[in-house]
Amino acid sequence: MYLDPDVVRSVKILVVGAFGVGKTTYIGNISEIEPLQTEEEITEASVGVDDLSRTPEKTTTTVAMDFGRLTLSDELVLYIFGTPGQERFKEMWEELSRGALGALVIVDPQRLDESFPVLDLVERFGLTYAIGVNHFEGTTAYPLEEVREALNLPADTPVVGCDVRDQRSAAQALITLVQHLQSLLD
Amino acid sequence: MPDEHDQDEEPELELTSALVPFFVITNGRALPSDQQYERTALVTALKGTSAAARTLSPEAQAIVDLVAHGFLSVAEVAGHTHLPLGIVRILLAQLEESGLVLVRKPVPRAEPTDRELLGDVLAGLKSKFGA
Repeated sequence: MYLDPDVVRSVKILVVGAFGVGKTTYIGNISEIEPLQTEEEITEASVGVDDLSRTPEKTTTTVAMDFGRLTLSDELVLYIFGTPGQERFKEMWEELSRGALGALVIVDPQRLDESFPVLDLVERFGLTYAIGVNHFEGTTAYPLEEVREALNLPADTPVVGCDVRDQRSAAQALITLVQHLQSLLD
Repeated sequence: MPDEHDQDEEPELELTSALVPFFVITNGRALPSDQQYERTALVTALKGTSAAARTLSPEAQAIVDLVAHGFLSVAEVAGHTHLPLGIVRILLAQLEESGLVLVRKPVPRAEPTDRELLGDVLAGLKSKFGA
């Protein structure tokens, strides 16, 4: 359960995507620990039904988010946080994106339109990202260039196939993201 | 086929309401800023025999016990204790103030000078997954 005693550095990468796109499966597949969840409160604007004045109120709800861990060397640990891509979670994005190396955006090629709010958040919070196109069982692999076009991505943004149920494929998508981060330093 | 998407249950989106009166657990303390106990900050217990150690709330004691023998991230502390992240941060602030835990801040955002850090991350991923 504990980190290796010499681990002194921690970094994080966000795994983001629309609801049901495979974030939980991805983290479960790649994490060295049984994935855990954090529970945290978010405030949302709402209109009280019984409130005659109909003034918008803020209500608090709790959201549970998955994360996983990867010890990368004697002294370095990487945490991977599954991050929901809806606008109403933007409060959490503020903190999650701070200090993050980057984001892996998982998309479902059959539901690409659902990725726009996610990409909007990623760009708004200034995260460098790569796209992992999930391959769902029973579907044919989707041409990656079509995904790039449909999402209107910058030419240098990596787009890779990523079967979230396959550890090698999932890891390769992370590696692609880190290589992209490196290339931006050159 | 709508079934295709059911493979991925996302418990992260379960919305529930808080059942615990948190102000009791935290003695009414305000939230520390989230920068103070970032979820990747690493926490371990310090050997303390101070009076503070004997008057901890059960929740604070649970945190001390959890990290008694090594480092865990703030996120893992929240995950294992099932306490909301905000509450964990408040309790960690109390515990750090009392000298009962040590908190190690995460590496700040990778700057252009962090070529070495990215290199370490990449090497680690490659060796871990044989890629």
